[in-house]
Amino acid sequence: MLKCRTVWKKLAPLARAPSTVCRQNVKRAGLNNGRTPVHVPVAHMSTGFAGGGWDNQLYILLLGATCVGGGIYVYNLIKEDQQRYQNRMAQILSRSEKAAIEKTAVSIQSELSEELSPPAEAVAPGETTEPPQVILTEPAGETPATEPPKPQPDIVAESVGSTPAKPKVPSHAPYLLIGGGTASFAAARSIRARDPGAKVLIVTDEPDLPYMRPPLSKELWFSDDPSVTETLRFKQWNGKERSIYFQPPSFYINSEEMDSSENGGVAVLTGKKVVHMDVRGNKVKLDDDTEISYDKCLIATGGVPRNLQVIERAGDEVVKRTTLFRKVEDFKSLDKVSRNVKSITVIGGGFLGSELACALGRRSAESGLEVIQMFPEKGNMGKVLPEYLSNWTTEKVKKEGVKIISEALVKSVTYKDDRLEIKLKDGRLVKTDHIIAAVGLEPSVDLAKSAGLEVDSDFGGYRVNAELQARSNIWVAGDAACFYDIRLGRRRVEHHDHAVVSGRLAGENMTGANKPYWHQSMFWSDLGPDVGYEAIGIIDSSLPTVGVFAKATAKDTPKAATEQSGTGIRSESETEDTAISPVASPTSAPTEEQHKDDYGKGVIFYLRDKVVVGIILWNVFNRMPVARKIIKDGEEHADLNEVAKLFNIHDD
Amino acid sequence: MSKDRIIFVTKEDHATPSSAELVEEDPNDPYEEQGLILPSGEINWNCPCLGGMASGPCGTEFKDAFSCFQYSKEEVKGTDCLEQFRVMQECMQHYPELYPQEDEKVLTEQSSETDQTSQDSALAEISGANMTSTTDHVSDTTEPNTKNSVGH
Repeated sequence: MLKCRTVWKKLAPLARAPSTVCRQNVKRAGLNNGRTPVHVPVAHMSTGFAGGGWDNQLYILLLGATCVGGGIYVYNLIKEDQQRYQNRMAQILSRSEKAAIEKTAVSIQSELSEELSPPAEAVAPGETTEPPQVILTEPAGETPATEPPKPQPDIVAESVGSTPAKPKVPSHAPYLLIGGGTASFAAARSIRARDPGAKVLIVTDEPDLPYMRPPLSKELWFSDDPSVTETLRFKQWNGKERSIYFQPPSFYINSEEMDSSENGGVAVLTGKKVVHMDVRGNKVKLDDDTEISYDKCLIATGGVPRNLQVIERAGDEVVKRTTLFRKVEDFKSLDKVSRNVKSITVIGGGFLGSELACALGRRSAESGLEVIQMFPEKGNMGKVLPEYLSNWTTEKVKKEGVKIISEALVKSVTYKDDRLEIKLKDGRLVKTDHIIAAVGLEPSVDLAKSAGLEVDSDFGGYRVNAELQARSNIWVAGDAACFYDIRLGRRRVEHHDHAVVSGRLAGENMTGANKPYWHQSMFWSDLGPDVGYEAIGIIDSSLPTVGVFAKATAKDTPKAATEQSGTGIRSESETEDTAISPVASPTSAPTEEQHKDDYGKGVIFYLRDKVVVGIILWNVFNRMPVARKIIKDGEEHADLNEVAKLFNIHDD
Repeated sequence: MSKDRIIFVTKEDHATPSSAELVEEDPNDPYEEQGLILPSGEINWNCPCLGGMASGPCGTEFKDAFSCFQYSKEEVKGTDCLEQFRVMQECMQHYPELYPQEDEKVLTEQSSETDQTSQDSALAEISGANMTSTTDHVSDTTEPNTKNSVGH
């Protein structure tokens, strides 16, 4: 658009001149058909309306001159463009020549010594002049002359640089998976299971093989092993140890062997980013300009952590003291930081922020590290849990040694006296040494433009259908997929199990299954030893909820009591009275005393138009299939207490 | 009235059976996650219960051996499949990291990422024990239990 404007600006003075002169002539000739503008531009030439025959001739001469002048100008412009185009073509051609020459150069070098190679290439530039000359027509006589000298030094330089063998990128992959995370790995496994001998290529810009993310903010922090940042191994709930990597390196085949491998396999290309996607040509381009064609492609690019604008604009000293936590390298560097500073502040009160705050809070017990967590909501998980539960959770997080600053909106962050000063909108000032920003994930949709893929404006991410398909031969799974959930509507889910489920499904559909998203994924969170919950469906605190909790009986009291403060024990005796009344009559609005109750274990239903769309299993485990069933049914239940009975929350 | 209702219930309150109605399950629902054996009788190689066995470097060998075992009509199931199992073992020996070489635990260790109970049942099947149909409970065990951050 700007180009048009500049061109127009260039042409305008020329255009204006003849047009006004034209108009004058027309007027004079009396061919006024009413279309002459009322406003004749005042600032035209000094050649006024002076009458006289010789003026006419002058006008015509001027007109003719300007027309010719304009014509010459336009002609030059076009010629320039043509020249530029031809130059570009020559460049591209010579580049491909260069590449071919490189390859021959490398093979030559493998046999000959290095001294011999320059002469070998000296011959080559001679060849490059041929094709360009074929394409270049009339005026571009000068361009080939400039071309040959250029490739020569380039080729020599490049061949010398390319003597170490470059890892060969396969030119074709039957199954191409963009992104090397959980969804991608799950898809790879699915494809290999269903298509015998499948050749699957994973391309990731990370240096690591596919790994699972949840331990980075949980189990890895609880490990007693001082070398955990190297081994990346953690203890599972059943006591068994495992690595965060889905599979050890021996599971994968080399990308160079993929083509020739009889039984196929999964190859991973690390440190390469897909920057361009050609859907018509069924191929992608990497950041090193290599191209890979595919038959079926999965986009599982996940996302990048969001940052606060106030931090981005706060200058280098602040930015380098801020962690955006997502990858293995972030875990490693945060571990180091946490050992070397006195105070860390987590900004964000959601899953990641709370988990990291708790993990660091645990460490603070030994190290004396100050851990602060601040967020705009009233309590931890404020956007997820109903208020009473969010408050309860916040208390638990505090017990983990975290200083909570709720209802906090960050106004500015400055670097002062070797510390970071966080100023809140309400005037509060927090001084700290390091910041972790856990304020959400921005789905990576860089390929949308080149691939012509739709991006969802409500949830972000690539828009796909219920079968996770974006376009023919292209599927999207994991954090980056905004998909249609038949039961719950269009959504985008950023949880680990969803990445597994959607990755599997995409893999199935890439091998011909045509199944919609149906098996509902779940998620879980652990915030210290007391709070463990599993959840499924839409868990949004803005929805109406019904919570059914197991009342603390005399049996449970000792256990519950150890965690409760004095006020908690008092509230128990109050609830003992209400125990006698039949439970079918639900309690009305949560009163003050119930707020102090022990929400030890129970089930919370999230409702949308009277249908249960989400369920949290609060400290009750192994009941997920029941929860899944209820959501799948999508029925209206008159009495949710009856539904709660299905969970047997009182059993262990 | 708050939009969040809270109900406290005792064990006795929940002692009576639930009156909530659930929709009847269709065992042949094509959308559902399938167990180890599909309704058609074929083996579901993508079953989470198999862990990565069918997708790894020895996946082909595993599939041969396991199919042979599954469809074996011998009195002692799998006795006609010894050759396939030998080939599979041979392949697995090349990848000790993936398939640790202790006899009984060969498959258990490698599939440590799945739920233990389902893997044990798969292992029992492979070693010739009585095979039970796993269509029902397998889908239940695909989730990570709490604190089990697992990828399938």
